Amino acid sequence: MKDFFSRSAQAAILFLVVAGILALALGGYLGFISTNFNTLLVSAQSWLSVRFVAVQEFITLPRNSTSLIQENAALLEEISRLQTQVVQYQQQVAETQALAALVNFSRSNPDNLYTAASVIGRDPSPFLHYLIIDRGSADGIRRGMPVVTAQGLVGRVDAVISNAARVQLITDPASAVNARLENAGRDVVMVGSVAGDLSLDLVAQDVILETGDILLTSGLGGVYPPDLLVGQILNVRKRDSDIFQQATVQPVVDFSTLKIVLIVTDFRPVDISPLIPVP
Amino acid sequence: MKNLIAFPVLLLAFVIQSAIASRIPLLAGSADLPLVILAAWALQERVELAWLWALVAAIFAGFFSAVPVAAYFLGYLLVVGLARFVQRQVWQLPILAMFTVVFMGTIFFHLLVYLTLRLYGSPILFEDALSLITLPTLFLNFFLAIPVHSLMRDLALWVYPSEELI
Repeated sequence: MKDFFSRSAQAAILFLVVAGILALALGGYLGFISTNFNTLLVSAQSWLSVRFVAVQEFITLPRNSTSLIQENAALLEEISRLQTQVVQYQQQVAETQALAALVNFSRSNPDNLYTAASVIGRDPSPFLHYLIIDRGSADGIRRGMPVVTAQGLVGRVDAVISNAARVQLITDPASAVNARLENAGRDVVMVGSVAGDLSLDLVAQDVILETGDILLTSGLGGVYPPDLLVGQILNVRKRDSDIFQQATVQPVVDFSTLKIVLIVTDFRPVDISPLIPVP
Repeated sequence: MKNLIAFPVLLLAFVIQSAIASRIPLLAGSADLPLVILAAWALQERVELAWLWALVAAIFAGFFSAVPVAAYFLGYLLVVGLARFVQRQVWQLPILAMFTVVFMGTIFFHLLVYLTLRLYGSPILFEDALSLITLPTLFLNFFLAIPVHSLMRDLALWVYPSEELI
C-alpha cells in the first residue's frame, strides 16, 4: 500500500514537472533554452549529414565514375561526329562560294564560254608549276585554252587527255605572259620562277612602275585573251646604273589553294612562231 | 608475272605524289615518293628486274608530269642502277644503303631534270634549284626513306617468298 502511494506520488511529481516545463515553454519562458537547444541540434544534424553524404559518395563513387566515363566517351564521340560534319559543311560552303564566284565571273564576262574543272593534282616534279584538272578533250578542252578563276588569270592548258588536262600556271619558270600596266598603258612581260614568284623583267627605264599598279593581259602574242586581271606590282627595283628595271608582282590568284578553275573554251590561241623571223 | 605488281604500286605512288605530296611543299621542294620507292625496291636483294620498275615509273611520270619523259627514263634507271650498285657494296647495312641511294639518287635525278629543262629553254637558276628545290626535297625524302624501305621489304618478301617459306 505504501509502495503504491510512493509510485503515484513519483508519477504525479513527474507529470507536474513535465506539465510545468510545457507550460513554461508554451508561455515563452524557455525561449533562450530552446534556441540554444535548436542550434545545437541543427549543428549536430549538419555535422552528421555532411559525414553521411561524404561516406555515401565514397561508397557510390565507382558506380558514378563508370557511368560518367561512358557518358564522356559518348559525348566525345558525338563531338567528333559533329566536328566532322562541321568540316564537311564548311567544305561544301567554301565550294559553293567558289562556284558562286565563278558563276558571277562568267555572267559578268558573257563574251566567252567557260567550262568549270576541279583541280585534282599537281605536277609531281617540283621544278614545274602545273595543275592537273578533271576535264579533258571529251569535255571540249583543247591545248592552249586559257584558264582563269573569278580573281584572274591562272594559266593555260598544256596537255590534254580524254578526261583530264594539265595546266601550266603563270608562275611556272617557263611561263611568260604579255601584260599591260593599267595605269601606264605600257606592255611588259611577266615571268614565273621556281619559287612560284612572278616578276617583270627587262622593263625599260622610262616606264613608270609603281607599287600597286594593276597588271592585265595585253593579248599580244595570241596566247591569252586581253584584259584578264593578273596581279599588281609589289615592289620595284630600279637603279640608274641598270639598263632595265625589275618588279615583283603579287598574283591575284592564290595558286596554293586552287580547287576549281574555269577554262575559256571559245578562245583559240594563235601560234605566231612561224611569223617570227629566224636570224 | 611477279613484276606486274609494279603497275599498281607505282600508279598509286604517282597518284599520291600528284594529289598529296606535291601539295605539301617545303620551300619549293616536295617529297619524291616514286623515286624513294624505286630506290627501296631496287635495294631488296631478292628483287629481280628492278630496272623494269624504272621503266614503268618513267611511263607513268610521262602522264603526270610536264618534264620531258626522257629525263625520267634516264633518271629512274640511274637511281635503280645506283641502288643495285650500293646494295652490293653495303648490303649489311640496308638503312645506310637506303639513305645513300636516296641522297645520291635525288641529287643526280634533280641534276638531270635541271639540265633537261635548261635544254628545253626553261630559265631556271642553278642556285635557286639547289636551295629551293633539291635540298628541301632531300630533307623530305629522308623522312620517307625508312618507312618506304620497310614497306618495300615486306612487299619483296611477299612477291619473292624465300624457299623456306615455300
